[in-house]
Amino acid sequence: MVDTAFTEEQDMLKRSARNFVENECPPEYVREMWENDEGITQEVWNKMAELGWMGLLVPEEYDGIGMSFQDLAVVFEEMGRVPMPGPFFSSVVLGGETIRLAGTEEQKKAVLPGIAMGETRATLALMECDPLLSPAGIESVKAEPAADGYAINGIKLFVPDAHTADYIICAARTDEGADPAKGISLFLVDSKTSGLSIELLKTMDGGRKQCEVNFENVAVPESALMGQKGEAWPIISKVADIANAALCMEMVGGMEKSLELTVDYAKTRIAFDQPIGSYQAIKHMCADMMLITESAKSVAYYAAWAVSEDTPDAPEAVSMAKAYCSDTYRKATGDCIQIMGGIGFTWEHDAHLYFKRARCNEHLFGDAAFHKDRLVTMKTSA
Amino acid sequence: MDFNLSPEEEAFRQEFVPWLEGVIAEKGKIPTFKDAEALDERVAWYREMQKKLFDAGYAGITWPKEYGGRGGTLIESFILDEEIQKRAAVENFNGIGFGMAGGVILAFGTDEQKDRYIPAMLNGSEIWCQGFSEPNAGSDLAALSTRAVKDGDDYVINGQKVWTSMAQMADQCILVVRTDPDVPKHKGLSFFIIDMKTPGIDVRPLVQITGDAEFNEVYFDDMRVPRTQMLGEEGDGWKISIATLMFERYAVSQYGSFRRSIDGLFELAKNVTRNGRPAIEDPVIRQKLGQFHIEVEILKHNTMRSRSKLLKGEVPGPEGSIEKLYWSEMNKAMQEFAMELEGPYHQLMSGSKWALQDGMYQFAFLRSRGNTIEAGTSEIQKNIIGERVLGLPKDAARAAVKK
Repeated sequence: MVDTAFTEEQDMLKRSARNFVENECPPEYVREMWENDEGITQEVWNKMAELGWMGLLVPEEYDGIGMSFQDLAVVFEEMGRVPMPGPFFSSVVLGGETIRLAGTEEQKKAVLPGIAMGETRATLALMECDPLLSPAGIESVKAEPAADGYAINGIKLFVPDAHTADYIICAARTDEGADPAKGISLFLVDSKTSGLSIELLKTMDGGRKQCEVNFENVAVPESALMGQKGEAWPIISKVADIANAALCMEMVGGMEKSLELTVDYAKTRIAFDQPIGSYQAIKHMCADMMLITESAKSVAYYAAWAVSEDTPDAPEAVSMAKAYCSDTYRKATGDCIQIMGGIGFTWEHDAHLYFKRARCNEHLFGDAAFHKDRLVTMKTSA
Repeated sequence: MDFNLSPEEEAFRQEFVPWLEGVIAEKGKIPTFKDAEALDERVAWYREMQKKLFDAGYAGITWPKEYGGRGGTLIESFILDEEIQKRAAVENFNGIGFGMAGGVILAFGTDEQKDRYIPAMLNGSEIWCQGFSEPNAGSDLAALSTRAVKDGDDYVINGQKVWTSMAQMADQCILVVRTDPDVPKHKGLSFFIIDMKTPGIDVRPLVQITGDAEFNEVYFDDMRVPRTQMLGEEGDGWKISIATLMFERYAVSQYGSFRRSIDGLFELAKNVTRNGRPAIEDPVIRQKLGQFHIEVEILKHNTMRSRSKLLKGEVPGPEGSIEKLYWSEMNKAMQEFAMELEGPYHQLMSGSKWALQDGMYQFAFLRSRGNTIEAGTSEIQKNIIGERVLGLPKDAARAAVKK
């Protein structure tokens, strides 16, 4: 029968992830990491690696565990409750999944075991100064044939955790033709290659580090090319779907936590001799928050399942989830601040950590408006 | 997690759809909302269709076989509702029966009551109405004042109900009345099953903003009913009423009809123009189409999640309020968008030669305004979610009244 519940193993994984984030990443730690350029301590990173989370999606032949995306999804939901700082998302999803889907056998052998063990970090450089999540958006960063390989030039923006990555996967234009979807290639670039400069951006969400990556005549060998030259867009699109499904799980975890913070406060904060949650103005906001949180879970779980099973409607499921979770995470975290009143507006209170993560996650891989439009395109071109 | 239908569930759909399409083909023209003057004809088709469903083993999917149900699952029930609604094959004129009366009779009724009422509900011969709201007791249902006074083995009932949907067509009524005025208001209520042909009932139709007379005022003047028509014990009225509303919020999934609505809006957007271009090319319209498509699909996933839990043995709880709040608010907004999409044409009602789709969305738009009022307003649903799901305290005024 249809069974929308997690399996027993997934429930166990969820509990273990809940314990971990609560014990190892309490709010004080998260705040410290906002001030720390790396975004994570080696100690916490190593512990996550020991739990095996970084190898969940990596096939066993590359020293991973080879489980399904659903399994990783429950971990992301729990990470969203903190909300988790650091490069887990970029390395495991953007780096790991792009290499798994696009990499040559040598590239997989060289990098995936390290990602699975937490010894190597990778990320994906996609967006440019004119940000657009479509083939036409890969425009200004170009890779041209050079001695023994290619020379890459151009600026990539909003690249998660490039400053701590060992490898930067760069989506670059290799051919200009009538169809922008053709002529995009992926390159696996060692981050120490000369000509590459990386600058950490000062972002609103201090937990998720993002960078400018400037390629100035970065020479890469032929062996850096991932898959077929000029044919990378379908893979990029697929990685974006997987990344969005993960971000949605993180967002519903954050919504759940924001709802808890809000309801706890509404039960205990007294105004006019009564808990403020007894007043309908507040109670009804909380009820609405519950409704959108549960609805966001329904669609995020569906998207996680669709991505995991690689169903034909997975891209639609992801666009639905990303649009709805973005709108509702923004709303829920904003209402959380409103109900908290003055204290919710302070730096000291955790409400803004979620409020800011909502803004960051929405804009990674297409915002709500982008995904609603993409959905209508998919529905009407079918 | 597995969102796929199981082979058995898929087989159920494969078996049901050809049967349903056969019935529709045989019927030819199905009477619809446009025949508002022909409400009798629409109700007659409901009864005929329900009989066909019953004879073919498709009535009361989740209800026990011993009372004529199929003994199937909530997922099969979802599939059946979806397929019927996608084709607008029949209007459900017995929502009160299936959504409220049946559930509480199965839960609280005697064996005699179950034998008497459940099969007649399933085979289409009896339609139910619900006497809950009164002119001075709507959201505050426990304030109702219709009185039942014990007289020998009977009760004598006097008072008035209002917004009683289908009372003019109904054969039976679930009625909540005050049997004891001297105890706190929630404790003095009792629950009856009433034959609508009982002497002393006067039904006066009320015309709604759609032009349909779906609901009524119902007056009781010295109506005499035997004690055996009581459901549960004297004083159980509040408990059973609350249970009734919980069942209601889970009973019938409306996904199929909303799917039909939004699919129709996608088609409409290709055919109407905005600033001289097909509306489907307008970025604002696209945002809204996308939004409602998402909301309709989430309704399905929410339903699947809650049914999946119920299948594991959990009983209907206050979470049903989330579903009711969700679909009613969604539908209101979606039908409002339909009016926006039609532009100036949205003013044209069925019957105008210029009306789009013969005024289908005008009817749906007007009807949707009732969604957030009937069966517990959105504000009451939010109180229930706030208090019974999230555990927020009651407001001081209401807490004081209860004491």
